[in-house]
Amino acid sequence: MDIQEVIDRLSQRFEGHIGNFEESYGLTTIQVRRAYIFEVIKYLKEDLSFNFLTDLCAIHFPDHEDEMRFAMVYHIHNLFENLRLRLRVFLPESDLEIDTMTPLFASANWQERETYDFFGVKFKGHPNLVRIMNMDEMEVFPMRKEFPMEDGGRVDKDDRFFGRTIHNE
Amino acid sequence: MSTKDTITLDGIPQQAQGQGYFLTSLDELVGMGRKNSLWPLPFATSCCGIEFMATMAAHYDLAQFGSERMSFSPRQADMLLVMGTIAKKMGPILRQVYTQMAEPKWVIAVGACATSGGIFDSYSVLQGIDKILPVDVYVPGCPPRPEQILEGIDKLRDLVHNEPLRRRNSPEYQQLLKSYGIDIK
Ligand code: SF4
Repeated sequence: MDIQEVIDRLSQRFEGHIGNFEESYGLTTIQVRRAYIFEVIKYLKEDLSFNFLTDLCAIHFPDHEDEMRFAMVYHIHNLFENLRLRLRVFLPESDLEIDTMTPLFASANWQERETYDFFGVKFKGHPNLVRIMNMDEMEVFPMRKEFPMEDGGRVDKDDRFFGRTIHNE
Repeated sequence: MSTKDTITLDGIPQQAQGQGYFLTSLDELVGMGRKNSLWPLPFATSCCGIEFMATMAAHYDLAQFGSERMSFSPRQADMLLVMGTIAKKMGPILRQVYTQMAEPKWVIAVGACATSGGIFDSYSVLQGIDKILPVDVYVPGCPPRPEQILEGIDKLRDLVHNEPLRRRNSPEYQQLLKSYGIDIK
């Protein structure tokens, strides 16, 4: 089995719900409609032996229109044939919700909590969707682009020493 | 580095003395005792902690100042060494460790991170531990060399030696703790 065969079988099975096949940096990427992501990954795992969920995370595109402002990315690996695949799902900011992968991969548990913690994506059916890294009292999702990365409480920083003024004066 | 160019040994406190007796103040005597047996509580969270390990080990030998016993129980320590990046989530834990220590207690912030947040000017990192507890000595550096940590400890020993016995009961000290919201009976 090679990656082309995987793509063919996927396109056959989920016609109309997946698309935008592209290859970048040697990794094939497929875009999937939100409602089908669980089925697609289930099929990949159970029928095509993609038995390892390498990573999952979110991306924020603040400039996109609402429908495509967030994306979920799944990296999935077939360890038998050494095939990798990247799946991408766009999510609207107004309805930031997607199925959890925990029934398929136990490892998705903490990764989804992390994604929730940093981006605020809600995972439907997750057994324990609470913050994992940041303080529980935190009210924002810090990896969203509108959130300033620097701590506002810092008083000792002189912009001249950080290359933020034109002539460093 | 240290401004002292010679090493002197601690003698008996310089006061009135003669054969078979000497007179001194209690402050002086207690200060001498405290300064020569500070029990450190290392609170090491990242790279600076590695430098402290070297400081403790045979080459730099923290034991020469009477601090060979690392106390991993805050209740039996009097010098809290905070070494490393303190994430905001770690803040309450550090504070709890501090409040568990018995008076008198001293704090050294080792390294840029503990002092000011260092390079981590970020939403998740506490911008200096003096935001949550009073600090006595700051050791600059990223990371500071063991010699610098030793000098920080040396500076603290001077503070300890010269601290009046009543300081911890003074209104100023109570006020200081109150400004950090630390409750004392
Ligand atoms: S001050 Fe530098 S060496 Fe020390 S903990 Fe921070 S980053 Fe690490």
